[in-house]
Amino acid sequence: MMAAGSGDHRRQPPLVPAANPAANPAGQPDPVPVVRIEHLDKIYNPGTPGQVQALRDINLVIQGGEFLAIMGPSGSGKSTLMNIIGCLDAPTAGRYLCDGIDVASLDAEERARLRLARIGFVFQSFHLLPRMSALENVTLPLIYAGVPRAERAAIAEQALAQVGLADRGRHRPNELSGGQQQRVAIARALINSPPILLADEPTGALDSRTGEDILALFKRLRDAGHTVILITHDAEVAAHADRVVHIRDGALHEGDDDGQPPPEA
Amino acid sequence: MRQTDILAMAVFALRGNWMRSILTALGVIIGIAAVIIMVSIGQGTQAELDKIMDRLGSNRLEVFPGGGRSGGVSMAAGSLPSLTTGDMTALAAEIPEVQYVAASVRSGGQVVFAERNWSTSWQGISPDFMAVNDWQLAAGDGFQARDYSTAGKVVILGETVRRELFGDGDAIGATVRIQQVPMTVVGVLESKGQTGWGGDADDIAFLPLDTARRRMMGAAASPGAGGGPASLLPMDRVNQITITVARPQDLDYVQEEATRLLRQRHRIAPGAEDDFTVRNLAQMVATRTQTARLMALLLGAVAGISLLVGGIGIMNIMLVSVTERIREIGLRMAIGGGPSSVRRQFLAEALIISIGGGAIGIAIGVGGAIAIAGLTELPVVLNHKVIAMATAFAVATGLFFGYYPASKAAKLDPIEALRQ
Ligand SMILES: Nc1ncnc2c1ncn2[C@@H]1O[C@H](COP(=O)(O)OP(=O)(O)O)[C@@H](O)[C@H]1O
Ligand SMILES: [Mg+2]
Repeated sequence: MMAAGSGDHRRQPPLVPAANPAANPAGQPDPVPVVRIEHLDKIYNPGTPGQVQALRDINLVIQGGEFLAIMGPSGSGKSTLMNIIGCLDAPTAGRYLCDGIDVASLDAEERARLRLARIGFVFQSFHLLPRMSALENVTLPLIYAGVPRAERAAIAEQALAQVGLADRGRHRPNELSGGQQQRVAIARALINSPPILLADEPTGALDSRTGEDILALFKRLRDAGHTVILITHDAEVAAHADRVVHIRDGALHEGDDDGQPPPEA
Repeated sequence: MRQTDILAMAVFALRGNWMRSILTALGVIIGIAAVIIMVSIGQGTQAELDKIMDRLGSNRLEVFPGGGRSGGVSMAAGSLPSLTTGDMTALAAEIPEVQYVAASVRSGGQVVFAERNWSTSWQGISPDFMAVNDWQLAAGDGFQARDYSTAGKVVILGETVRRELFGDGDAIGATVRIQQVPMTVVGVLESKGQTGWGGDADDIAFLPLDTARRRMMGAAASPGAGGGPASLLPMDRVNQITITVARPQDLDYVQEEATRLLRQRHRIAPGAEDDFTVRNLAQMVATRTQTARLMALLLGAVAGISLLVGGIGIMNIMLVSVTERIREIGLRMAIGGGPSSVRRQFLAEALIISIGGGAIGIAIGVGGAIAIAGLTELPVVLNHKVIAMATAFAVATGLFFGYYPASKAAKLDPIEALRQ
């Protein structure tokens, strides 16, 4: 529903070649994964006394349509990995192909365009702009995508409806509950139909009941064909994902003890 | 990203802090208003200068009797006359670069026709006077050579004098009396309207030079107080000599030569002061307009400083704004806003402040210029050039002082910005 709804308005930045159809309902491995990470290292402040190796030799392939959790304790390198997957940061060594595109070759402007088209961010603290209504917050990415004003409201209203907030469009963030704010943020992340939805501790600021609602929403989005990457320190939260990878001291361990087998394909 | 969206975003951001936005614009408002007033006064001064130069030409020198700083004041009765008809003749004869030399004497009195009379100032003039001063005849043939050589009893009336005495009637050939002396009207001057100083240029009458000196100022009918004895008034005195040159570039040289010649003729010892004053008309006008220029310069300094302070104010507030909105900037970058779109957004905010301030400043400046024109003697010219210049200054201020904060915003690391 979501993908179909906004599919009419697919706009690709000219730079990015059409790579991967977002949905793969049959569950077949796609020839081009949405995320391919090979031997990736991230070292902060290299060559100084404050040098920190945050990630070491990461290898990770995520196919379109997956609901994946990256789990690990605080300081293990989750956010660092998310920033790299989200094209906000560059690896120190190794390779990252986002939807088939080598991110290392892009400058800041091109990475922004890549994020616009390929990545939807969901943050722990929502990051909604306080002076704008829910609808205006959801509309923001459309403005950067150059969608004409006349078309924007309808797309944004549809996105809000799909996270169950059709009647809250005029409200400001401070008039909404935490769960509602996070749904607004999810609607904003989805509005350009990006292949990758990146959520960093999306339930961290919510009570467990509301957190469950958000996780249920992610599952529905997965069912609709979206790729969801969930980052968390909480095993219960990670358990909702189809596949869990563990990160400790900057290293990944696939399908570890807590890993749940994918419930359905 | 569309221009209209950038504009809408910038307006939205500024409205959120509208009081601060207006206060930030204050420097630009004052600066632009000062620019407008300064330039209009500057242009007005220039226009007045040009007008005077156009009318009289930049090729003339005026010689007045009496030396010294207050120069140009005509001699008080009884003081020694220093300019004579002989001077006029000598100037024409001995300086080849001279084109015309005209002399005049001035006085005033009643002109009577039948039952009517009109008090005017009249001048005795030498033959070239009308050509030099750009007077044309509207009617009549004017003075003939005989009238000059024999002190003919003829007069040329200014339009105002003619109207007051004759109304719709014909003046040419009529006889009027000036100080009891009957004079035949041989010409009526074409109207010149207002003088540069607000007087009536047409309230005037001309007599041949010798007619004025011998018949009006002589013993026969001295009008002045104390029944002035004619013998004390040298018959060849004049109040003013005007020299024109054919080529304006000769003016300075002719001024020197005329001074040298007159000193020699008046037997003035080396080192002693002149008993006459030679004035270049351009210099006279320049002196008159210097005050206005000084004022314009002062306003220019105010304008420059205000724009500078206003620009720094914009830069300061924009830097504060970038720091305050660092999370917003990080979020915009994360959802796909590139550095250039962030830069354009903040630059647009600075430009709106400066252009908005400029618009208010233009309104105040135009109002101020109109008020100055109405309340003072300063010449003021307002036109689209002034407005265009002010607008350009406003835009330049916004661009120049908005660029650094906008670039700072664009260079932010979205990860750092989101962590705040
Ligand atoms: N900007 C940075 N500069 C230096 N070290 C950093 C920076 N960001 C993170 N680190 C370090 O990298 C490691 C991984 O951090 P992070 O990815 O934030 O972990 P997590 O999100 O799992 O808590 C930590 O040791 C942290 O101190
Ligand atoms: Mg973290």
